[in-house]
Amino acid sequence: MILAQLSNFEGPSIDWLPLTPQIILVVAALVILLVTSLSPAKVSDSFSTAVTVGSGVAAGVVAWFVWNDIRDEGPSSTVAGAVGVDGFSIFFTILTLSALVATSLVGHSYIKREQMAAPEFSALLLLTAVGAIVMASANDLIVLFIGLEALSIGLYVMAAMQFRRREAQEAAMKYFVLGAFSSAFFLYGIALVYGATGSTNLVNIAAYFNTIGSRINNLELFYVGMALMLVGLAFKVAAAPFHFWAPDVYQGSPSPVSGYMASAAKAAGFAAMLRIFFVAFSRTSADWTPIVAVLSAITLIVGAVMAITQNDVKRMLAFSSVGHAGYVLVAVQAATSDGTSAALFYLFTYTFMVIGSFAVVSLLGWNDGHDVSRYEGLARRRPLIAVAFTVFLLGQAGVPFTSGFVGKFLVIRSAVDDEIYWLAVLAMVVSVITAFMYLRIISNMWDREVDVADAPRLSVPLTTGFVVVVCAMITVVYGVIPQSLIEFARDAVPVLVAGG
Amino acid sequence: MSLLAIEGAATLPILNTLIALPLLGAALVAVLPKNSPGLHRQVGVLASGSAGGLAIYLATQFETGVGGFQFETVQSWIPALGISWHVGVDGISLWLVVLTGVIFPVVLAGIDPHGDEKSYTAWMLLLQAASFGAFVALDLFLFFIFFEIVLVPMYMLISGWGYADRKYAATKFFLYTMFGSAFMLVAMLVLVSLSASDGGLSFNLVELAERQSLSQNTGRWLFLAFALAFAIKVPVAPIHTWLPDAHTQAPTGGSVILAAVMLKLGTYGLLRFGLYLFPEPSVYFAPLLVTLGVIGIIYGAIVATVQGDLKRLVAYSSVAHMGFIVLGTFALTTQAITGSILQMVNHGVSTGALFILVGMIYDRRKTRLISELSGLQKAAPVMAAVFTVSMLSSIGLPGLNGFVGEFLILIGSFETRRWWTVVAAFGVILAAVYLLWAYQRVFHGEPTEADLATPDMKSSEFLVLAPFLVAMVFIGVYPKPFLERIEPSVDTLIEHVEQHSDYERPEDVVVIPAVGQDDSEGAEGE
Repeated sequence: MILAQLSNFEGPSIDWLPLTPQIILVVAALVILLVTSLSPAKVSDSFSTAVTVGSGVAAGVVAWFVWNDIRDEGPSSTVAGAVGVDGFSIFFTILTLSALVATSLVGHSYIKREQMAAPEFSALLLLTAVGAIVMASANDLIVLFIGLEALSIGLYVMAAMQFRRREAQEAAMKYFVLGAFSSAFFLYGIALVYGATGSTNLVNIAAYFNTIGSRINNLELFYVGMALMLVGLAFKVAAAPFHFWAPDVYQGSPSPVSGYMASAAKAAGFAAMLRIFFVAFSRTSADWTPIVAVLSAITLIVGAVMAITQNDVKRMLAFSSVGHAGYVLVAVQAATSDGTSAALFYLFTYTFMVIGSFAVVSLLGWNDGHDVSRYEGLARRRPLIAVAFTVFLLGQAGVPFTSGFVGKFLVIRSAVDDEIYWLAVLAMVVSVITAFMYLRIISNMWDREVDVADAPRLSVPLTTGFVVVVCAMITVVYGVIPQSLIEFARDAVPVLVAGG
Repeated sequence: MSLLAIEGAATLPILNTLIALPLLGAALVAVLPKNSPGLHRQVGVLASGSAGGLAIYLATQFETGVGGFQFETVQSWIPALGISWHVGVDGISLWLVVLTGVIFPVVLAGIDPHGDEKSYTAWMLLLQAASFGAFVALDLFLFFIFFEIVLVPMYMLISGWGYADRKYAATKFFLYTMFGSAFMLVAMLVLVSLSASDGGLSFNLVELAERQSLSQNTGRWLFLAFALAFAIKVPVAPIHTWLPDAHTQAPTGGSVILAAVMLKLGTYGLLRFGLYLFPEPSVYFAPLLVTLGVIGIIYGAIVATVQGDLKRLVAYSSVAHMGFIVLGTFALTTQAITGSILQMVNHGVSTGALFILVGMIYDRRKTRLISELSGLQKAAPVMAAVFTVSMLSSIGLPGLNGFVGEFLILIGSFETRRWWTVVAAFGVILAAVYLLWAYQRVFHGEPTEADLATPDMKSSEFLVLAPFLVAMVFIGVYPKPFLERIEPSVDTLIEHVEQHSDYERPEDVVVIPAVGQDDSEGAEGE
C-alpha cells in the first residue's frame, strides 16, 4: 500500500550538476571513514589528507564548471526551489573549499605532532564544509538550518579533538552549549517568520513582501522572527555582544580548527545573513539596517578594545576576528549590491589571511603556549614565516598593497555611498586601535636584539609551510591587482530564482 | 587611453622607472645571500643612485615656464572602481622627487646602520620607491596607498635599528599617521562618491580638482579630514608629539629620511590635496592653518632651546621649520608658496646634514647630551666647520639655501598675513638662538679628556656631507634653476584657487628680480 503510494510519488526535478561538489565531499568523507575503519592494517594519515585535498580540488573544478553554466544561462534554482544555483553559492563554495584544503594541509602536520586522530578530523572537516556550502546555497530556511547544524555539530567535535587538554574540553563545551542556544534562537526565528509570511522559501518570503506592499499584516510576528534570526546568525559570525564564546573557543581549539572557524564558519554565517536579509528581507531593509549598523559598531569597538589588552596571540586573533566581523557587518548594513560584493571580497581575502595566521600560530604553539613573547626574534629563526605572518598581520590591519586594504576600502566605500558617515569614520578609527595589536606581534618578530641562539629549533612541516606561503602570496596579489576578485564578487551578488 | 603623453614627455615612462628601480634593487637585495658583506649596500646604492640620477635627468628635461603636469602616464588599474595608475610631475613635486632621488643613495652609502645591512638596505629601497610614488601620484587612491605604505618601511627602520625606546617611538609614529589617514580615506571616498553624480566614478586628481561640485559645507568638512592627515605628518604644532620621539629613537639614516622626505609628504599633501583639491575651503581655513604654522614656529623654537639632547633639539627645530612652510603655503601668494616649496628642499638638506652630524657625534661618544660635550672644535675642527655651515643654513644666513626659502616665505606672507609674519620673523631669531647656543656649548669651551680624544671626521664621512654642503651653497647663491621650475606651477595653482573661491591675491610687489618674474617670458629673457 505504502509502496504503491511511493511509486506514484513524483519528486522534484533535480539538476545534479550544481549539487556535485557537495556530493563529492560527502563521498570523500564516507570513503575515509570506511577505509580507515575496515582496513586490517593502520592506514597512513596521509591517506585522509590526500582524499580530503583531492576531493576539495575536484569539487572546486566542478564548481568552476557550474559557474560557467551560470554565466551562460543565468542563475537558477533546483530541488523544488530549495537550493539556489547562482554566483553567490559558487563564490562561497570556492571560499569554503579553499578553507577546507588549506585547513586540511595545516591540520595534517598538526595532527602528527599532537597525535590526534587523522581520519575523524578529515571526515568532520569535509562534512562541515558540506554544511557551509549548503548554508550558502540554501534558498529555503529549512535547508539553511540543516546546513547550519551540519556545520555547527562538526565544529563542536572538532573543537574538542585535543581531548587530552582541559582547555579544549572547556572550549568545546562552551561552544556546544552556546551554539545550541543560538541554533534554537535561529530556529524559533524561522518559525515566526513562517508564521508571519506563510513560507520558509526565501523566494516566497520576498514575494510576500512585494504583494502586501504597505499593508501591515502580522508584521510584529515577522519583526520578532527577524530579530531572533539575526541573533542566531550574529552568534555564528561572532558579532558582539554575541561573541563571548569566540576567544575561549579559538584559544582552546586546535589552531587549524580555529582558523577554519574564523574563515569558513564565519563566512557561512555571513552567507546566510546576506541571503536572508539582503535578498529575502530586502523590502524591509529600512527596519533591519539600523540594527545591523549598531551591531557592527558594537562589534568593531569590542573587537578592537579587547584585542589590544590580550597577551595570548590566539586570543588576539580571536578578538581581531570579532573586529573583522564588524567590518563585514558595515558592508551588510549598507544593503546595496556594492555593499554585498564588498562583504564577499572581504570574507574571501580574510579567509586566506586568517588561515595563514593560525597556521603560523600552530607552528609556534608547541606545548600550548601562545604568549606574544614567543614570537620574539622569529624573523631571524624563520625569515620566510616571519615575512608571511607580517603580511597577514599588515593585511588584517588594512595596510595598502595587501588584500586587507582593498577589502577595507570597499567596505568603507559601501558605507560612504550609503551616507552612513559615522560608521565609516568609526570603522577607520577602530582600525588604528587594532593596528596597535598587530604591530605588537610584528615588532616582537622583528626584534633584532633578542638572543635566538638558545631557542629550540622551529620545524616547519612542508604542508604547513606551503599553505602559509600560498596564503601570503594571495594576500599580496589581491592587494596589488584586485580587479578580477572585485569582478567575481560583483557577479556573485545573490539573486532569487523561483523553483522550476 | 592606455598611455597618455603630454608635450615634452620622453618615450621612456620615466616616472614609472623611478619607482621601479629601487623596487628592483630591493628585490635583488632580498635574494642575495646574507653572508656577503658590503654587497647589499653596493647594490642598494647602485639602485637608489641610478634612480637619483634619473631624477636629476628629469629635472633637466623638465620644461620651465609650464604650469601643468609633465611626464604624465595614465594606465587603467582597477577599472571597477575608476582607479588608474596616474603619475606626473609639476613644479611643486619636481624638487621633492629630486630630493628623494639624491638623499637615499647618500644615506645608504654614507651611514652605517650598525648591523643587518641586508634588511636595512631592502627597507630603505622600498621606502624610496614609496616616497617617489607618493610625490608623483595623480590619482587619489594611488596617492593614499603610497602615503600609507611608507609607514611600514619607516616603522621597520625605527623599530629595528633605532635606539633604546625604538619600539615605543615606532609604534607611536605608525599609529599617529594612521589615525590621520583614517579620516583622509573616508573623506576621499565621500569626495569621489559625491562627485560621481556628474560624470563617472573617478579617483583622478585633476578631474576632481577641476570639477569642484561639492557644496560649500561638505567641501569644508572634507578639507578638514584631509588637512588633519597632513597636519599630523607635517607635523603642525598641537599634534607634533610623535616627531621628537620618532626622530630621537630612529637610526641616523632613518632620521635623515624622516626629516628630508617623510615630513614633506605632509606639506606636499597640503598643497596638492589641500589647495588644489579644495580651493574654497583652503581659503576659508587659511587663517587657522597660518596661525597653527606660526605657533609651530615659535613653540618649536622655544622647546628646541631648552633641549638637553642634541638630536631632540634638531627634531624640534624641524617643527619650527615646518611651521614656516605651512605659513607660506596658506599665505596664498606666489612668493610665499614658491618659498615654501623651496624651503621643503632646504629643510631636507640642512636638517638632514645636522642629523648626520649628530649621528657622527653619537657614534664617537655614545652620548648626545649637550652637557656631556664641550670644546669639540679642538679635536674635530673639520666637523665643527661642517656643523657651522649646516647650522647657518638652517638659521637662514644669506648666501646659503635657508635664507632664500625663508625670505621668500616672509616677504610673500607679509602681503596677506602681516601680523602673523611679524611674529614668524622672530622665529628666525630664535633659530639663531638655539642653534648657536648649542653650537657654543658643544664645540667651544674647555674640552675634557674625552672630548679631546674624539676623532675628527674621516674623509669618507666628509664625502657623505659634501653633497649637502654643495646643495646649501648652490641653492643659496643661484636659486634660479629651482625657482623658475617651481613658480609657473605655483601661479597655476593660485589661479586655480582664485577661480574657485572669492580669494584674490594682492598685486605682486617686485622685491628682488629673481623673484618678481611671474611670467615665463621674464624668466627666459634673463
